[in-house]
This record gives sequence, structure tokens and C-alpha cells, in this order.
Amino acid sequence: MTEAKAASIPLAVEFTGGLELLFSNQRKHKIAIPSKKPDGEPSNVGDLISWLCDNLIKDPRKEMFVLDDSVRPGILVLINDADWELEGEDKYELQPNDEIVFVSTLHGG
Amino acid sequence: MAPHICQLCNTSRAQILRPKNHARICAPCFIDIFEREIAETITSTNLFQPGERIAIGASGGKDSTVLASVLKTLNDRHAWGLDLVLLSIDEGITGYRDHSLDAVKRNSVEYDLPLKIVSYEELYGWSMDQVVAQIGKKGNCTYCGVFRRQALDRGAAMLGVGHVVTGHNADDVAETVLMNLLRGDLPRLGRATSILTSTPSATMSRKETEADGGEVTITNVKRSKPLMYAYEKEIVMYAHYKKLDYFSTECIYSPEAFRGSARTLIKNLERIRPESILDVVRSGIDMAKLVPNAEGHPKGAAEAVIRNEVEDEAEGGCGGSNAKEVVSEMAQMEQKLRQDEQAEEAGTETEIKLPSKVLDGQRHDRDLKPDLPPEAALTTYVQGQNHDRHSQTDGQQLPSDIRTVPIRTKQEKKSSRKATRDAPVPKQRLGQCERCGYLSSQAVCKACMLLEGLNKARPRTGIEVG
Repeated sequence: MTEAKAASIPLAVEFTGGLELLFSNQRKHKIAIPSKKPDGEPSNVGDLISWLCDNLIKDPRKEMFVLDDSVRPGILVLINDADWELEGEDKYELQPNDEIVFVSTLHGG
Repeated sequence: MAPHICQLCNTSRAQILRPKNHARICAPCFIDIFEREIAETITSTNLFQPGERIAIGASGGKDSTVLASVLKTLNDRHAWGLDLVLLSIDEGITGYRDHSLDAVKRNSVEYDLPLKIVSYEELYGWSMDQVVAQIGKKGNCTYCGVFRRQALDRGAAMLGVGHVVTGHNADDVAETVLMNLLRGDLPRLGRATSILTSTPSATMSRKETEADGGEVTITNVKRSKPLMYAYEKEIVMYAHYKKLDYFSTECIYSPEAFRGSARTLIKNLERIRPESILDVVRSGIDMAKLVPNAEGHPKGAAEAVIRNEVEDEAEGGCGGSNAKEVVSEMAQMEQKLRQDEQAEEAGTETEIKLPSKVLDGQRHDRDLKPDLPPEAALTTYVQGQNHDRHSQTDGQQLPSDIRTVPIRTKQEKKSSRKATRDAPVPKQRLGQCERCGYLSSQAVCKACMLLEGLNKARPRTGIEVG
């Protein structure tokens, strides 16, 4: 049985801890990414990260956000206010209107 | 994926995965246990006395903001009766410190805590922007670290406070342990894990002719790190779930410092085995116990340790490690100070049996030339003519382990250093800096020495910054 899925998934992403500098100094963004990968699999958080790098990052310093296809160590990801490690990290399949927060810990205290 | 249930309350959805033990808990339970663990750290180490006046070193960043919030909460909850104030240092770094100070001011209002801001400009006549304009971006972090340490103590003295707390977290301590391990700096390694440190009190009274004017009485300024066992990740999570207001940007002058490499190591390690951070801290504490103190007995790291933090601040700071590579007068001066100090300590070296090197103990290098290149500090110069042999190594020796062996109360006044080769290890001689009257064990304190270098080179027309 096939469900009628929208072609794109609306999401609310937020960047804090200094990351907002990479994204036009804006903390919150409302975006929509394709609901499926090119190979037909549902989009997951890993796809979101790639999408952000390609479409939303305005600063050339991408290495402050990603490292080797995943977020740089030291950046925390919250999916609907929960640690992404509890949700499957970058394998978590995105649902419409999910809230993803990226918090950087890489700065002085 | 089925949602996890909080392992503590078994009711709410789990939101946090704790690095130290992989526990899955909800946000309210997390906030509760985080605060409880800090309280436990504080009470088990008797960090504070009831009614004590405490200055919280507040930069406006995540660690100090969380520290202020937690201390205020715990103080109220447990009625410790602490008198908390916020102490902030303005290094004069435009685009960085001015913004973070705004965050501190907001914190001061929100937590209803008095705030004192001390600036380098008013204390030393130099802001960091001016220092960098003068000396460039190599070694500038050393200045900042040395100045900050003194500024914190002075600020504390101005407030009549004898105890300063800082927001150093487990990741910071783990990085420091690793850094010093990688550099073979055993003494510093031994000191990095103390939760409480103390500069000794002066028994003599201040002279009237004091550089900065005003009545300041020197008391025993203690420094502690209540968040020492808290993961940086959890500090950020705490701030997130409590919606605390903090400022988050790297200092604009922080270069590719050695600490950055240690930090990368720690962060990568955390990914595969998060418990490692606290394990490194605990290893550091255990290693500290192996390092002897003044009497030649190994000391525990948890005790209050008498130490001169000036060098630590300089080396452990954001880019201070680069100072060694800078062949400058200041670096050489630092080396000389350290070398002179090490030359004193030969008497205690016989306590330690090093595997492949025979220390004849008594022989130490009184004839050390003061203008050895900085690298010499990392090789075994203590044995005088033997040092080359050691650095060419029988393969297994780390060159610097000779000088790292003794830990003891620190630098003596140079003037009082006589023929003390066979004398018992001397106690730390306390005095005052000739220039500023600040508490120091040297004739001229480190900050004044740095300032002297700066002022000599200061152009007459002054430096316009910004």
C-alpha cells in the first residue's frame, strides 16, 4: 500500500552556539527538503545535513559545521528536543514539521 | 524507532543520553541530577565554607553562565549562605569581549547578583587589542593569560573576596591533562587536576606606595572549579533546557594553538567512547599522586595545592603554548625563570628512581647559561654537560622528565637563591613585586615583567585601535 506522501518535508531547523554565523546570522529557519533520496529511500537527518550544506550555508567555512559527511564533533543535534543519539543519529527518518536544533559546543565558556 | 522512556522517572520520554554512563533520561530529571552532582562535588570536597564570599569568574560564555545559575540555585536550595558576586574581566578585545560582557550584565540582572568588571586598560594601561597591535598574534595569549590571572586576583581583592570560582569543565581538564602528557610536562600535569588551588597569604602588610592606589589587603585567594567533573556536552544541554542566556563565539585572537589539537583528540574520543573524558580526568588525578611535592612525598591532586598559577595561565590558555616557539626576550625570560627554578630542585630528584637514567642528584646546573635557546628547556639541561647525551637518547627517554620530576612550592626570589644545593627544599618565599606591590614570589612579578617589555616598545604617539 502506498501512502500519498508530499514531495517535500517541511522542517524547522535552528542553529545556536555560534553556528548561526554560518547561516546568515539567523537562528531559526523554516525549510522543506525532498521527502525521498534519489534512490527512493526516505530522507533522513544525514540527507538534511547535506542539504543544509548545499542550500542554506552562506558562509564558505563549511568545515565549522560538517566533517566527513557528518556534523563536526562537538556539535550537538536535537531532534524534537531529544538527543539524536536516542533517535538513530543521522539515520533517523524525517517526519513533517520535525524540529531539528544544531548546538555548537566549540567555543569558550 | 520506539521512543525511549526516562530511566529515572520511568514516565516521560527520554531526551538526553548521558555521556558518562549512557543513561537515557528526560530533561527535568537531567536538570535535577546535574544540579545534584555539582552539589555532591562541592560538599564532598568541602569546597565552600558557610557564609563565604565567592566571586564567580564570569565571561558570559556557556560555562560561567551555567556556573552562576547552578551556584545560585544550589545556594538558595541548600541554604549554604554563600555571598555570590560576579567578576568579569574586560581584556579589551573588540568584537568579542564587548559582546560577551553584555551577556554577563544580563546574567547579573537575571540572577540578581552584583557584578564587578575589571579591565586590563585600567589595571595595566594596555588593552589586548593594543597588545596585539604592538606584538602581533604570536605570544599574545601568554600576555592575556598572565594579565587575566592577576586581574582576577585583584578584582577579588577589590571585592574583599578570598575565593574565585571558574567554569572549567571536565573537557577542559581532560584537554589539559592530554596537552601536558603530550608535552611531557609532568609538574603541570600534576597540578591540572586540582579542584582547589590556593595562593598563600602574605603576612606582611601592603606598602602605602602602591601602583594602583587604594587600600587592598591581601588575603588567601583560593581558586576552584566546581564544574570540573561536568561534561561540556551536559553543560550545553543544561543551558539549553533551562534556556539560559549566554554568548558563544571564539576569541578572535585564538590561533591554531596546541590546545586545539588536544581538543580535537578529546572530541573525537568522545564520539567513540564518551566515558573517556572523565576517565582521562581521573587518570590525571592518579598521575598527580605520583608526582612528589615539596617534602618529596607524592601528593594527592585533590588537596589544596600551593602553586604559582602565572605560568599555568600563560601556558594553558588559548594560545599560550606558542610562546615557547617564539624566540623572544620574553620567552627567554620565562625559560630562564623556569630553568633557575629547576636548578634548585636537584636535591629532590634523588627521591625518584628513573629507569634508564642515573641521576647523580647533587649535580645540578648552577652554571646554566641564561641565553640558552628555548628548546633547551625541553631537554635535560639539569645535568650540565650531560644534557646532550640524554637528548640523543637511548631511545626511550622523554627529554624533559628530569626537570619534571620534582613538584614543590615554587619559585624563590632570585636574590635569595644562594648556595642551597645541599640545603633542604626551601619554602616558598613570599614577597611583593617591586613595581606594583602585587603578591609575588619574584622580585618583579610576571605581569610587570611583561608590561615592561610592552612599555619599552610603545610608540610615542600611542596606538589607536578600532
